[in-house]
Amino acid sequence: MFDSLTDRLQGTFKKLNSKGKIAESDVDLALREVRVSLMEADVNLKVAKSFVADVKETIRERHALESLNATQQVIQVVNQEMIELLGSDQSKLETSPALPTTYLMVGLQGSGKTTQSAKLALLLRRQGGKPLLVAADIYRPAAIRQLETLGNQLNVPVYSEGTSSPPEQIAANAIKQARSGGHTHVIIDTAGRLQIDEAMMAELERLKQQLRPTETLLVVDAMTGQEAVKVAERFHERLGVTGLIMSKMDGDARGGAALSIRAVTGVPIKFVGTGERPESLEPFMPERIASRILGLGDMLSLIERAEAAFDERQAQELERKMRTATFSLQDFYNQLQMVKSMGPLDELLGMIPGMGSAMRQQDVKVDDRQLKRIEAMIQSMTPQERDHPEIIRNSRRKRIALGSGTTVADVNALLAQFSQMQKMMKQLSTGKMPKLPGMFR
Amino acid sequence: MRFFRSRQEPEERDEKLEEGLSASRKVFFGQVSALFEREEITDDTWEELEELLIAADVGVETTFTLVEGLRDRVDSGTLRRPSEVREALKSELVLMLEAVAPRRGPNGIDGLLVTLVVGVNGVGKTTSIAKIANRLKLNGANVVIGAADTFRAGATDQLQVWGDVTGVPVISGAPNSDPAAVVHDALTAAKARGADVLLIDTAGRLHTKYNLMEELRKIERVVQRQKPSAQEHLLVLDATTGQNGLTQARKFAETVSLDGVMITKLDGTAKGGIAFAVARELKVPIRYVGTGERVTDMAEFEPRAFVEALWA
Ligand SMILES: Nc1nc2c(ncn2[C@@H]2O[C@H](COP(=O)(O)OP(=O)(O)OP(=O)(O)O)[C@@H](O)[C@H]2O)c(=O)[nH]1
Ligand SMILES: [Mg+2]
Repeated sequence: MFDSLTDRLQGTFKKLNSKGKIAESDVDLALREVRVSLMEADVNLKVAKSFVADVKETIRERHALESLNATQQVIQVVNQEMIELLGSDQSKLETSPALPTTYLMVGLQGSGKTTQSAKLALLLRRQGGKPLLVAADIYRPAAIRQLETLGNQLNVPVYSEGTSSPPEQIAANAIKQARSGGHTHVIIDTAGRLQIDEAMMAELERLKQQLRPTETLLVVDAMTGQEAVKVAERFHERLGVTGLIMSKMDGDARGGAALSIRAVTGVPIKFVGTGERPESLEPFMPERIASRILGLGDMLSLIERAEAAFDERQAQELERKMRTATFSLQDFYNQLQMVKSMGPLDELLGMIPGMGSAMRQQDVKVDDRQLKRIEAMIQSMTPQERDHPEIIRNSRRKRIALGSGTTVADVNALLAQFSQMQKMMKQLSTGKMPKLPGMFR
Repeated sequence: MRFFRSRQEPEERDEKLEEGLSASRKVFFGQVSALFEREEITDDTWEELEELLIAADVGVETTFTLVEGLRDRVDSGTLRRPSEVREALKSELVLMLEAVAPRRGPNGIDGLLVTLVVGVNGVGKTTSIAKIANRLKLNGANVVIGAADTFRAGATDQLQVWGDVTGVPVISGAPNSDPAAVVHDALTAAKARGADVLLIDTAGRLHTKYNLMEELRKIERVVQRQKPSAQEHLLVLDATTGQNGLTQARKFAETVSLDGVMITKLDGTAKGGIAFAVARELKVPIRYVGTGERVTDMAEFEPRAFVEALWA
């Protein structure tokens, strides 16, 4: 886990507070932390510099450092300015008045063009459109096959001519087919290329000139480092990029590339890719990326992971069991599995705003092994024991401890905890305890 | 098949590597050199040096450590002239990479070596496997490839094309089948053919996906169960990757332990600064570099040559 900006600033201001008054040089100290934090998030060096200069101005104007909670003040300024820079309002995809609307997908190798093309097609189809995918990557082995497979899965037709016609011809024929087939959108997947590959960039230029696409969308990997700006600038210079799609945002990259490219080229970020599945394409939200870049926690990601792990029907069933106090050790076990599938506990806790730094300050170590022990113990029980833990007497406890590589004391502790839990649930369901707000709704 | 079409006229491989590295050399170390041709070392010198390293994706922490070390030596008088500082920086960088002695290929292993290739999505795993397979085969090894990416559309076909190009047999399974089962089959096949090396391609996975990382563990167990003579894990890192590359390496190392790294796409403008950070923090040797999309576009990673070439 990285040091969030909050952590860094807190450290700085702690030193300053003991000194009393805040001097001009202290502002610079705080801003240095902001800069380091930005660079750790892969914000381009030059962008970070000019951004920090702007922040400095605002901090001065607002006398932000003189207030009691200087950390919060600075964070607020930085966050606000970042959201502004990222583009405060969500931008939509343009459509062409004359059908079909065409989107040209471009980017470096491995950035995720093909996957995002398919996602876009699904999105358009769900909005009632009739998209056509076009396989214009004639270079990478089986690239066409990849798009065809995706098209098949999504029920979106794919136009391809194999690898022997040039992309220009493929695209031209695809447009003809789209017109005669009544397609509303044409999405052209092109081969990945380096921005310094003259021949390959010229190919794109020709495609662009010939097609006059409604949008030219640059797909950028969220994990990209300092080169992001150079790459995007070059693509933009030659092609006039109209929108960005940040891919692989479901990882833990902080995504400074997004801010950098937006700041330098002014091209709006239109979508973020948040997974390998065709549904995983979301409209861009500047607040979310800003708080990621600054390491302010990401509750939304946490909620998403929870939603992905917990099936709604399962959740209802669980609630019913809790209400009727028929929640068994087996249910408990299932629940553990679901939480586990969301990721390591410390990682999950780190997503809660403020939790990451709190955990580090108190040196809290979340012990995944304890979970494993509990799991092992439940696994060593018979189905009957899991449903009726009260039958687990001494000899059974010994057997379970032996089977799970734990001690009888461990088994005792688990059973005691579980019976405690059951009691609580009973009280909850009989209304003897105040309902926890919003928990089991 | 048209896949053979190359984007440029074929050239000498070494020339290609030079060419790939020249972008970094010009932009990055060219500037460093200019910096140290000045008369005096000033605060600006240090700041500029820091910025150059960070712009090369070396990372804030590694950069600060490097620069602080050099500053101390200047302060204590062991380094005086800018040119001395430059030489010192150069050897520090080399040292960082050499501190982890690289392990080399299948040499000296009697029997089957299984190389599991892992990494996040799109970094170049499949292409790199083709490159390594080709190189090993040219060196006389009996190579088999296992196509354990059963998830991504077209992944198996992609590998099969490379198998045809390099003449290396590819063992694959049905789409969406259990990758561990493919690995099992590939091991059996490799043994039956008396192969020296089995290269296993895995699906790209983000290191944050718990279940997918667990799947790698399972694959590793399947390999272990069949007791090959040796087993190694190679992480593929995209040179364009920023600071997240380090987190990736860390997570993959935690999951399957790493024996080496291949850095791809060094033919682009990315500086490959991640190499220093990974070597320093994880003590995993960088083994190969990828410098293009053709099967011959690779080289073994040589720390000294790497830094020297960047510097020239
Ligand atoms: N310029 C350049 N491109 C490369 C290099 N290595 C791979 N590529 C390209 O990067 C893209 C992705 O490569 P793959 O080998 O499919 O990557 P992968 O890691 O197997 O991808 P997934 O299996 O989808 O996760 C392809 O277009 C490759 O041609 C390299 O060294 N330089
Ligand atoms: Mg692959």
